[in-house]
Amino acid sequence: MSTKFISIEGIAKRYPQPSGGATTIFEDLWLSLAPGEFGCIIGHSGCGKTTVLNILAGLDEPSEGTVIVDGQAISGTSLDRAVIFQSNALLPWMTVMGNIAYAVSSKWRKWDKAKIRAHAQTFIDKVGLTGSEHKRPSELSGGMKQRVGIARALSITPKIMLMDEPFSALDALTRGTLQDEVRRVTLETGQTTFMITHDVDEAMYLADKIFLMTNGPGAVLAEIVENPLPKDRARIDLHKHPHYYALRNHLIDFLVTRSKTFTATTPNHDPRNVPVVRPAFTEAPTMPSLHSATR
Amino acid sequence: MTKSLRFRAAVVSIGLFLAFLGTWHLATRQSASTTTMSPEYARLMGITATQGKSAMPGPLDVGAKLWEHLKRPFYDNGPNDKGLGIQLAYSIGRVGLGYLIAVLVAIPLGFLIGMSPLMNKALDPFIQVLKPISPLAWMPLALYTIKDSSLSAIFVIFICSVWPMLLNTAFGVASVRKEWVNVARTLEVGTFRRAFTVILPAAAPTILTGMRISIGIAWLVIVAAEMLVGGTGIGYFVWNEWNNLSITNVIIAILMIGVVGMLLDQILARFTRMVTFPE
Repeated sequence: MSTKFISIEGIAKRYPQPSGGATTIFEDLWLSLAPGEFGCIIGHSGCGKTTVLNILAGLDEPSEGTVIVDGQAISGTSLDRAVIFQSNALLPWMTVMGNIAYAVSSKWRKWDKAKIRAHAQTFIDKVGLTGSEHKRPSELSGGMKQRVGIARALSITPKIMLMDEPFSALDALTRGTLQDEVRRVTLETGQTTFMITHDVDEAMYLADKIFLMTNGPGAVLAEIVENPLPKDRARIDLHKHPHYYALRNHLIDFLVTRSKTFTATTPNHDPRNVPVVRPAFTEAPTMPSLHSATR
Repeated sequence: MTKSLRFRAAVVSIGLFLAFLGTWHLATRQSASTTTMSPEYARLMGITATQGKSAMPGPLDVGAKLWEHLKRPFYDNGPNDKGLGIQLAYSIGRVGLGYLIAVLVAIPLGFLIGMSPLMNKALDPFIQVLKPISPLAWMPLALYTIKDSSLSAIFVIFICSVWPMLLNTAFGVASVRKEWVNVARTLEVGTFRRAFTVILPAAAPTILTGMRISIGIAWLVIVAAEMLVGGTGIGYFVWNEWNNLSITNVIIAILMIGVVGMLLDQILARFTRMVTFPE
């Protein structure tokens, strides 16, 4: 087992019902990521993916369990854990530079203006927004706004980046470019990243580990899929890799059928020891029941 | 051949204005028939009875008088004969002072109500009862407690302009987008810095809208308040000229009230545009 940089230990989220009792969104969730790893959670709407991410960010609190980051239980938000929001969440009355400088000055409060701007500028350059420093978010396209969001998160040099479906509101072409960007930046900086998505291809391209969640309410972590594709994969020839279809079919099978039936068909599922799967090419790569052969 | 919309609108506006002036002029020409009367009686009766001139001044009379006022806006011939500029300055001064106090009370209190659900619930009954009270209903109480008519007028302006600002500030602060607040939280921004760097700019357009509504109400109320307290101000001027039976001056005062009200509104509209951000 690699060292656990992020360790989610038995968290649950329940909401009290007006009639008494509580609705359980998910429970007894255990998962971990090693330093520099990229993890993706996949699951349908309502399984509590966003809640898990918000708990990790410190914006929400679990009803049970704890989250340990870098050896310490977290409480509340922290500059060590940057969040990239689904809706970019840029402050519209500030320029691109202003938005990033705001984050930088929040982390390094004693820095002078010139130092803050210089630091912010390196991250604006890093996401390819050089020249747009003085534009306001309303003057930017959706893709550019999300780049600002990424630059803002990176600029505070966090230990972990948390992304909540960051590209779901973008068109396919922009999404592709930004995925390349995120992959390049996270590999370059060795950033530990945790991302929520419901795009199978996005998860396959970006993630080292893919966490599959069953449908809520009462969602559980069903399986951890290790990405069998090589670390130096590129988006253009990803689909030519022999393991590509094995992995893709496995994920799609899960989303289409197993996410619904998992709880009923697996009565002795142990949430602390979730099976780790590594789908790989066998004789018949297009067969839909591959996952059973790869355990 | 098609001119811009702005130009065409201006042509229509000027046309309507001229039509209004024309109708006014025609309606206030000779109307009543003159009756013969003894010269001594006629001297008592004035031109309406002797020459059949309408008691309502025509646009030319008003125009001439207005020109007179505009030439000497700041003359002061004692308590009952001051220039229009002085009277307006008194009114604007009262509105300005009452409004300023209202801003200083309403915006911090609105922040508190907007940020604290407890204070929101606790103060709600008071606001709901106090808000619909006509500002002039406070006048006797103000006169009795403050014992100064001019300060009472300022108090009335304060009490009428505080509510729209208070409610808009509270609403603006409470409805700042959660994601912006979350950005500040994830950046570990402290409460005070968060209030000034995130909540204030985000709520500013709503707050300014409340301030714009308030200045309108304050200007409406000052005229009525000054009619009651008397002494100085454009409201007192209207009442004084009514007692002088100078309809011309009443009409001029009405016009000036409208112009100043518009200017106050435009100033606030300018400020609102300055803090509004496109999304």
